Amino acid sequence: MPEKTTEELESVAIRFTGDSGDGMQLTGTKFTESTALAGNDLSTLPDYPAEIRAPAGTLAGVSGFQIHFSSKEISTPSDHPDVLVAFNPAALRANIDDLRPGGMVIVNTDAFNDKALARAGYDEDPLPALRDRVKLVEIPLTRLNREALNDLNLSYRDADRSKNFFALGIMFWLYHRSMDPTLRWLESRFKGDILEANVRVLKAGFAFAETTEMFPVSYVIPSAKIQPGIYRNITGNTALAWGIAAAGTLNDCPIFLGAYPITPASDILHELARYRNFGVKTFQAEDEIAAISAAIGASFAGMLGVTTTSGPGFVLKQEALGLAVMTELPLVVVDVQRGGPSTGMPTKIEQGDLLLALYGRNSDCPVAILAPSSPGDCFYTMIEAFALAVKYMTPVVVLSDGYLANSAEPWLIPDVASLPRNPVVHHTETAGFQPYNRNPETLARPWAVPGTKGLEHRIGGLAKDEKTGNVSYDPHNNERMIQLRAEKIARIANDIPPVEVNGEDQGGLLIVGWGGTHGAIFAAVKEARESGINVSSIHLRHLNPFPSNLFEVLSRFDQILVPELNQGQLSRLLRAEFLLPAQPMIKQQGQPFQVSEILERIRTMLREEK
Amino acid sequence: MVDVAAKLTQKDFATDQDVRWCPGCGDYSILANVQRVMPEFGIPRENFVFISGIGCSSRFPYYMNTYGMHTIHGRAPAFAAGVKASRPELSVWVVTGDGDGLSIGGNHLLHAIRRNIDIQILLFNNRVYGLTKGQYSPTSRTGMKTKSTPDGSIDYPVDPVKFALGASATFVARTVDVDAKHLQQTLRRAHEHNGTAFVEILQNCPVFNDNEWIELENKKTRSDATLVLEDGQPLVTGSKGQRRGIRIENGIPSVVELGDDEDPIAAGVAVHNERHDSPAYAFALASLERPNFPVPIGVFRSFERAAYDTMLTAQVTQAIERRGEGDLHALLHSGDTWTVE
Repeated sequence: MPEKTTEELESVAIRFTGDSGDGMQLTGTKFTESTALAGNDLSTLPDYPAEIRAPAGTLAGVSGFQIHFSSKEISTPSDHPDVLVAFNPAALRANIDDLRPGGMVIVNTDAFNDKALARAGYDEDPLPALRDRVKLVEIPLTRLNREALNDLNLSYRDADRSKNFFALGIMFWLYHRSMDPTLRWLESRFKGDILEANVRVLKAGFAFAETTEMFPVSYVIPSAKIQPGIYRNITGNTALAWGIAAAGTLNDCPIFLGAYPITPASDILHELARYRNFGVKTFQAEDEIAAISAAIGASFAGMLGVTTTSGPGFVLKQEALGLAVMTELPLVVVDVQRGGPSTGMPTKIEQGDLLLALYGRNSDCPVAILAPSSPGDCFYTMIEAFALAVKYMTPVVVLSDGYLANSAEPWLIPDVASLPRNPVVHHTETAGFQPYNRNPETLARPWAVPGTKGLEHRIGGLAKDEKTGNVSYDPHNNERMIQLRAEKIARIANDIPPVEVNGEDQGGLLIVGWGGTHGAIFAAVKEARESGINVSSIHLRHLNPFPSNLFEVLSRFDQILVPELNQGQLSRLLRAEFLLPAQPMIKQQGQPFQVSEILERIRTMLREEK
Repeated sequence: MVDVAAKLTQKDFATDQDVRWCPGCGDYSILANVQRVMPEFGIPRENFVFISGIGCSSRFPYYMNTYGMHTIHGRAPAFAAGVKASRPELSVWVVTGDGDGLSIGGNHLLHAIRRNIDIQILLFNNRVYGLTKGQYSPTSRTGMKTKSTPDGSIDYPVDPVKFALGASATFVARTVDVDAKHLQQTLRRAHEHNGTAFVEILQNCPVFNDNEWIELENKKTRSDATLVLEDGQPLVTGSKGQRRGIRIENGIPSVVELGDDEDPIAAGVAVHNERHDSPAYAFALASLERPNFPVPIGVFRSFERAAYDTMLTAQVTQAIERRGEGDLHALLHSGDTWTVE
């Protein structure tokens, strides 16, 4: 066995890439699980095509999964991977430009034949030229994988399906990760020859890396020093689904989810459909409109109604959402934003629906809007959304996005006893009951539900009398009701914590972010500050209403920069609301911000000022 | 509870709101008859929920002193699904029209029926848009001249009963707005049914499509113009000297002229059976139209099949039996976790 050495690194970013049928998402997920258990901080970025099986070997069909892991705290999946694993020429071509200069590239040489090269658009084999530029590791993966399985009765086709696990075995050895979580998963998932094949190639990959001279060095990334506690790995969609289930428990009121399948929100429906024992009822409706309508019906009946969707579906829900505003029922609407407009780029990332959430309905029709800032934060955001919906008898929109939905991070599991409990108490007092008699503090109307004797009443979308809720076309009553509904949403600011400044609380430049861009903005500001630049940042989790100290904070800075994955929607709002010169920093390429992009913009702005 | 409910009267189901349909509208009769049968069901008033969409008929919930929701155009079945699926103990009624239910809301009607959610759907069919002042509807006859079809409609209409049968409805009936006795009896049958009960109510719009159903409404003509369906009884209609029966061969209906004392079964007249396994028989009945045939009223089809809300509740109960009540702490700690000291 050749002499091997071990090197310690602070952090590494690896991108697994291949055809969309090569199992890259699974490979990345399994590597992530072992990395989480190794105690590193981590952040992941899956990036895959919308087509389930795009034409094999083409650039359009390339699927990737990036993981950034470290012994320090990190907040992004990293702009540039240190290691690129490419299962075919198309994967190499689509990703090689992102590699950190001098990084490592691991390729499956068996996939680099003339036909595949042509399909990827290469005129000639790119590997010879690459050998000088990067640390190129050329492994005949397909052949080695078949050899590991040659005594099993598997077709080449079936055998080849496990070659991603051969590669995973290699990566486990290279970065000192444990195979155990993956082995446990395989045992729970498969049996017979398929189980045997996957276990065998995983171990074969590990052993191959250990013995081959291709890898003279393996790498250790010490565990990160993070807040003590019990951790798990979590994606935004899972955290969001668990937040919904938790809201049912914490509010002591059953959840009713109306949903229609749509990328990238469907996983929330899948996840919640498994929790019937939490009293969760999931209803896969015939369309987006029926999904929200059923949820509103459930709210009227006294349940916690929720509907989950993405951009195009959120558009369809607007009329029903208007009815929920008019009938003043608690409802939570989750929009996992995706690349748009129209069908757009379903699996890609964008924050394009903020103004839709605010203004997407006819007339003046306000709703509360929250946006989680990290995958784990999706859990807490949902708990808060339900609490506000019930307390203020209003729809609450939660704007997640495709990045939060599918990215993973280590998550400090909260103590259930520490979570806010707000048991729902439906209105039962008959004396003086009026369907629209408001709580003087919150302006919420009573939540009186069918089955309650003496409180029979009718609600609907027609303009209604300020007290009785009966249909009313009185002009002044109508204007008062519109203003009351707006005032009710404005008062939610009383329940929102003031926004906190990261960095000095006054100065030359403030970066304002919202939602899923928190990690990139935070990392850029941190790096800028470490290099001596005076810049601060705030991150908004509450988009309507804004935190009550927002104007005061904004006005303490000379310049305001608002990085958003849209054409400047929040910056427009800040300008309109506060008459302050908030500058947009826009990106709408279906990808998250890179830290370097924001950092560069910070430098440019401060340079121009001088 | 039942004692209290039994004391309820028609009046208890009326609200203090002025009823604002046009004079002579068929909706008045339907409202009065619905209010009349409600007390018979022995259900506390607070356990009724009336849900409607948009249109003349959809003002209905405002006039029922129960829980009610006037929702958005076409979507009432979806709202009702949410109410019933979350609270199966409630008696949920949808009131819709031919435009609301079969045009903008056709999709929701289809899926509520196919799921067999235990709700009653009353579709008032006047073959015209009333609230928007007189455009043709999806049930209007081809050629109908309206504001939006000055040269006559070139749409082929959809038949509500055929639509419901096509969606595998477990209960399909048709009745007439002013035929109080038949309407009440049909509502009772709809209420008794477990699963989606779909009832088409032929209803007159005196302003935009007057006399559309006059033959079926007029006491003098209706015995000849209608065929009253009764389970186990031969398909016979007509006054003395006009007696006719319906024969159905290979799914094709035909009229059999009958003598006043003639045995219809011996003459090959079909015997009504609500519970045929195949919907083909009911579909053949639904194809009987004026002027060549009498129009069937009554229950076309009624059979038992587990309701959506019952099965959903059972899944929740079984999940709790199998896995125990949901434990948030256990959920958050499920799968791989690690401890940072």
